Amino acid sequence: MMYNNEHFEPVITPNVNKPGCETIDFYMQNEEGYKALEKALKMKPAEVVDEVKKSNLRGRGGAGFPTGMKWSFMPPNPVDAHGNPKPKYLVCNADEGEPGTFKDRLIFTKTPHRMIEGMIIAGHAIGSNKGFIYVRGEWHKECRLMQKALDDAYAKGFLGKNILGSGFNYDLVIYKGAGAYICGEETALLNSLEGKRGEPRLKPPFPAQVGAYGMPSCVNNVETFAAVPYILYKGWEKYAKMGTERSGGTRLIGVSGHINKPGVYELPMNLSIHDIIELAGGVKGGKLKAVIPGGASAPMLRADECSVLTDYDSLAKAGTMAGSGGLIVINDTVSIPEATYTLLKFYEHESCGQCSQCREGSHWLARMFKRILDGGGTQDDLDYIAKICGNMAGQTICAFADAVTGPALSSVRKFRSEFDEMVMKGGLHGLGRVESVSHEMGGAHV
Amino acid sequence: MALSEKIQKTIEGIRHQFPTEQALLIPALHEVQNDYGWVSIEHMKDIGEFLHLPLSKVREVASFYTMFKLSPQGKVDLQICTNISCWLNGADKLVACAKKKLHVANGETTADGNFTLTQVECLAACGTAPAIMLNEDYYENVDEAQLLNLIAQAQNDLAAGKVVGKETRIEGLWL
Repeated sequence: MMYNNEHFEPVITPNVNKPGCETIDFYMQNEEGYKALEKALKMKPAEVVDEVKKSNLRGRGGAGFPTGMKWSFMPPNPVDAHGNPKPKYLVCNADEGEPGTFKDRLIFTKTPHRMIEGMIIAGHAIGSNKGFIYVRGEWHKECRLMQKALDDAYAKGFLGKNILGSGFNYDLVIYKGAGAYICGEETALLNSLEGKRGEPRLKPPFPAQVGAYGMPSCVNNVETFAAVPYILYKGWEKYAKMGTERSGGTRLIGVSGHINKPGVYELPMNLSIHDIIELAGGVKGGKLKAVIPGGASAPMLRADECSVLTDYDSLAKAGTMAGSGGLIVINDTVSIPEATYTLLKFYEHESCGQCSQCREGSHWLARMFKRILDGGGTQDDLDYIAKICGNMAGQTICAFADAVTGPALSSVRKFRSEFDEMVMKGGLHGLGRVESVSHEMGGAHV
Repeated sequence: MALSEKIQKTIEGIRHQFPTEQALLIPALHEVQNDYGWVSIEHMKDIGEFLHLPLSKVREVASFYTMFKLSPQGKVDLQICTNISCWLNGADKLVACAKKKLHVANGETTADGNFTLTQVECLAACGTAPAIMLNEDYYENVDEAQLLNLIAQAQNDLAAGKVVGKETRIEGLWL
């Protein structure tokens, strides 16, 4: 067993290949469906938060913030200016859109009840009676499957009034976005959930004070919620033991790009990138050239850097990030400047436009990369890219600008010779390559 | 003009789920987009009247999200993901193939009004790249032959007066 981890067992995906795994009957008969909820409802909310804290569960959306701590930020008894109690909201971030990431869609379609159960437990833990599931707009079918799952949970009495005789009431509502990557940022998501433009909010106040509809709110990722039932049912020790010292449990890694067996793999965190590539059948169509380890925003790694372990801290130490668990494999037939441009035109389109550094910077970067591809680039351009990135990262309301600099800076720094060659020889054409049809400018790019 | 009764009914049905009236704006825009294929200024005025919101508020939201189209579109929105994982797995060939078959550029609608070709960003189906969408339906691991088949089938369905790519829609549910 290459896992080399005696404590490992799949937490979220043990049965996702079995027929009918998405139904409530399967979840209750073949798995420990809703038993964790029963247990959690007998515990005090603070005890539930404590279990999750001790499990070392960290947010699976990208930032990796400790989940138990996030829950503990929720005020116990918030009141408005007149002394009346305020509602608290729990929000599930299902706006999966980070290029290379496709794990939450698996949970939605194959094991939705695990996520629902996790949300009800979280609702009990933070003292909320209502939760919203914010889903990306393109997931029409997935929304309908989730609505069916919610209806089934209501019918069995796991949602609604007086759940399992505990006196706890909980409602879940789905909200569908309309195609904006930025809405995965939690405060942009909250604005969108209120029917507004998905523009990130300045913090403070943090969502735990002023969140959805002005009320204290807690936003977590789909995978984060899906891990909660296991922690409560099997105990925090078992979950914590599977992970590293500072991060418990397993991770869903979506392997895509030039790989023989692409897909979502539930893995322990003590595997290296090489291990994961091997597990997924090896590199397709050439030799390994580069890996983006945590979704498009994570800085690239060169092939010789891929012995790094994939836990949050090891990847951070290597100058990149675990991010959303989207591992993109790039082989040696690919031009790195061109691959990077593919990402930069995405950021150019998705910048919400609030902050000038990001709005202008993402456009400049995309245009500079395009110029380099077209043969009009200079050595000065390559140095100027770093300067633009320096004026973007950390200068804006949200982390989007930082995300843009991830691929832009890392590609030039780590594959400088490719850029130099491209500048010298007159772009893709000069190198005897044909430019992608999808890179042609003009027309509506959505 | 006012918002259609059908849309009014659907939106009234979810009013109790949300604490504010503005929260209903995105659902209302989705309904209009679905029923008419685009969101005109007239529709925005109707929505604003229905939800007691000024036109400016409706318009700023409608123009922010890419799924709300501010001009008429083809009956089938053929969306091809060209982000990194799909691009690495041949999305380019699909774009070229669709352009050739439909005689349109990115963002354009065919002369018969049947298809709009759109290059889109990550659809969260990177493990089954390349991915495309025909209206609401995902197709994954698509190659050129399958794309041509899908286009031909959609053409036949449209000729027979059928709606394409909306089979899973549930009447009265905005989702």
